[in-house]
Amino acid sequence: MFQATSINHHNEAVQKRVKILFGVMTSLLILPVLIILTMLIIRGGPAISWEFLFESPKNGMTAGGIFPALMGTIALVTCALIFSVPLGVASAIYLSEYASDNWMTRLINLAIINLAGVPSIVHALFGVGAFVMFFEFGTSILAASLTLAIMTLPVVIVATRESLQAVPHAFREACWNMGATRWQTIRRVVLPNSISGILTGVILEVSRTAGETAPIMFTGAAFFLPFLPQSIFDQTMALSLHLFVVSTQVPGVPEHIPYGVALLLILLVLVMNSISIAFRMYLRRLKKW
Amino acid sequence: MEQPLPSTHSNLSDMDRRNADWYIDKLVQALVFIGGISAIVFILGIFVFITKEGLGFIWETLDIRDYFLSPRWRPTSEFNPTYGAMALFVGTACVTGMAMVVAVPFSLGAAIYIAEFATGRTREVLKILIELLAAIPSVVWGFIGLSIMNGLIIKLFNVPIGLNILNAGLILGLMAAPIMTTIAEDALKAVPDGYREAAEAMGATRWQVVWKVVLPASKNGLISAVLLGVGRGFGETMAVLMASGHAINIPHSVFDSVRALTATIAAELGETAVGSDHYRSLFTLGITLFIITFVINLTADIIVRGRRGS
Repeated sequence: MFQATSINHHNEAVQKRVKILFGVMTSLLILPVLIILTMLIIRGGPAISWEFLFESPKNGMTAGGIFPALMGTIALVTCALIFSVPLGVASAIYLSEYASDNWMTRLINLAIINLAGVPSIVHALFGVGAFVMFFEFGTSILAASLTLAIMTLPVVIVATRESLQAVPHAFREACWNMGATRWQTIRRVVLPNSISGILTGVILEVSRTAGETAPIMFTGAAFFLPFLPQSIFDQTMALSLHLFVVSTQVPGVPEHIPYGVALLLILLVLVMNSISIAFRMYLRRLKKW
Repeated sequence: MEQPLPSTHSNLSDMDRRNADWYIDKLVQALVFIGGISAIVFILGIFVFITKEGLGFIWETLDIRDYFLSPRWRPTSEFNPTYGAMALFVGTACVTGMAMVVAVPFSLGAAIYIAEFATGRTREVLKILIELLAAIPSVVWGFIGLSIMNGLIIKLFNVPIGLNILNAGLILGLMAAPIMTTIAEDALKAVPDGYREAAEAMGATRWQVVWKVVLPASKNGLISAVLLGVGRGFGETMAVLMASGHAINIPHSVFDSVRALTATIAAELGETAVGSDHYRSLFTLGITLFIITFVINLTADIIVRGRRGS
């Protein structure tokens, strides 16, 4: 029989130490964030109330609530989704169902990677140059949400493409053999089998869009507006920009207001992401193939 | 006796299957193709629109030497505006460098732990936590730097200002780490299990397998994970604006405040007149950022592809 030699013992000891070291590193990555979250909850929690959610800011934003900002964020996210979801899904369908492995496809993939990698402030410059100035939308919800839509397009494309490609190829072949066209196959077989995967991508995009600040700063979000926007050509307040404003631009804001806004924003994003993750895990369990 | 071959011409119309479904199919294919190339259109659009605003300024007014070598960024000076962006480059580089010092070892360590050591439920939970960390918006990170880290750094290190390279670097490191961890973990996962099994069959411990087999095999993927983290750090705007102190400064220690390229655009674009030299100089900074991040992303992509090719 094999007898463990001293070298084996040494290796085992090293292995154990390394495992502990990496475990500690992982927790050191997560721990500070948990501490910060706790601090946000302790300091911001008491600020959140019905009045905080449903009142306008008062006294130069040093009192009152965040209602217009909350509504503005909802409006911006909704408009951005209207633009980016159809476009993103179409793009993913092309890449997954039609594109062959040629230079064009490689170019599209490169463009998607770069669209996701271009700094948010460069997207903001683009929004100003293209939508605010060139197309003359002015600083408006329309310009801001178009900027956001282009910025978050890669999220939808990547998530949708993954869920389309998860549908087994045999499903498509079976459908083609029945004489169906490509589009009939996509419509009746591929999309129904991947719709939930696409939805998780859309939820992720909501969370991403809601948190962005730089792209909307100069394209449609205002520091302070006493009223709600009436159309997509009006400016609006937004939760993310409001946090920036009350924590850096306005003197004399009581501490609980920015903490409250930060907590609300982080909860919004984390809840959205958790729903998306839970949805994904549920789907994985349901999977029939 | 010769029978004429049946004519194929007479029933050609029967062979024609161009019914409504066929046309719909072609129409959808065209529409979907437009969606497909939209990413290319947008990336070109971004480049065209920011160069349109900035290029004239580069030709007419900007002294390229000064832009890269002078630390005097005084675009609002009435008599002699200067556009030296060196301090901004240095600021961005310092903050990103600091972030990488924090994030690279920790995220590679975490990626190795999650991919190679953790099992079952632990791995699932860690992956979810990392994914949630990546979702925290940058303005919230900036606020954390401003309100929590600031006081902490002042107290711990006994310095007058807590908004500095250290603060912004730590914040940026925490922001970039989850993304780098996820990409690095994917790279580790891409190493075929057969490699691991072969090494384990030789009697190697898990760590020996990781160190001698998995890491060398996934080297390119890990490098591109780090590069994408650098790209992320370079382009981060709100968090850096709020946590770095935003002072034009060539720093001497990590406790000095700096100003980043991105933060400069974010802070100044709102106060400039459209079409003015100041306005166009900010677009010039935008062009620079676009080119830098484009090169970083392209390099990361080529490195990953190189692995697939070999």
